[in-house]
Amino acid sequence: MTEHEQEVLRRQRERSRLLAWLLGGFVILLFLVTVAKIGLNR
Amino acid sequence: MTSLPIATPQALPADWRDLFALTKPRVMSLVVFTGLAGMLAAPAMPPLAIGFTAILCIALGAGAAGALNQWYEADLDALMRRTASRPLPAGRMDRQTALHFGIGLAAFSVVLMDVAANHLAALLLAVSILFYVLVYTVWLKRRTAQNIVIGGAAGAFPPVIGWVAATGELAPLPLILFAIIFLWTPPHFWALSLFVRSDYAAAKVPMLPVTAGLAATRRQIFLYSLPMAAAAVAPWPLALAGTLYGLAAAALSAGFVVMAGLVLANRATEPAGMRPEKRLFGYSVIYLFALFAALVADRWIGA
Repeated sequence: MTEHEQEVLRRQRERSRLLAWLLGGFVILLFLVTVAKIGLNR
Repeated sequence: MTSLPIATPQALPADWRDLFALTKPRVMSLVVFTGLAGMLAAPAMPPLAIGFTAILCIALGAGAAGALNQWYEADLDALMRRTASRPLPAGRMDRQTALHFGIGLAAFSVVLMDVAANHLAALLLAVSILFYVLVYTVWLKRRTAQNIVIGGAAGAFPPVIGWVAATGELAPLPLILFAIIFLWTPPHFWALSLFVRSDYAAAKVPMLPVTAGLAATRRQIFLYSLPMAAAAVAPWPLALAGTLYGLAAAALSAGFVVMAGLVLANRATEPAGMRPEKRLFGYSVIYLFALFAALVADRWIGA
């Protein structure tokens, strides 16, 4: 594997990892917002 | 617009740090702060999760506007020293990535605001993004010296959005907060544009110092500082804020007007002699932070 390909792979992995964290955070946020909205409608 | 190099098949995928830089994080910090202040100054506080999400949406919306601005202005940024090292002009990212990132972030922020807060807050967020991108960036910036006067409205939305996200409706105080930022923007940017005039001239951006000259710009800075100061103090006599805010606003605004007066008196034509302009620019950022902090302090501890 060339140096260029290694760098492409490194960046892709880094972005995928970041995206996974962001998606996880988004799911938690949406859950908390839903709970808060249910609380408001009671 | 001149075309910039498009990524070749050998180009590297954009680094996430460059995507972050595309959102103009420093501008975003002021936007987040004023949005948060608008929310905290409101008479009703939303649940923490909703409040946090609304502020996050304001930040993402501002980031999206910044990314789309950099996508459109990549050719201008390449001509100015101050902006030449941004991801697009520096060639670290292709334009299509920036465009997709900006549109995706804008859509996501508006939809999430609608889900978490309310329709009006989402609508205002969408309007502020579209205003910044279409009215300021695409339409006004390259055409008129009044670009930041009208375009400044985009930056004035966050406290209104923060307030509306909390209460669901508009009220006189957030509209005054809008007016304060709207009137603050021209002196803030004109102070900067005085000492980076050569950059704007090189890029052929019709900023006021380029089209009307230094003296006219200094006069306009001072003239704008007067209604800005009046708007900043207005919530006090209108009984929309208390004494704590009123005194802080009066002192901070007096400082602003004095500094604008020093700019008016300055005759320097080269950046090296423009200390009053540099000081006013620095102070204007502190001014806005302090003013909105005083409003929140007044609401929470001064009542």
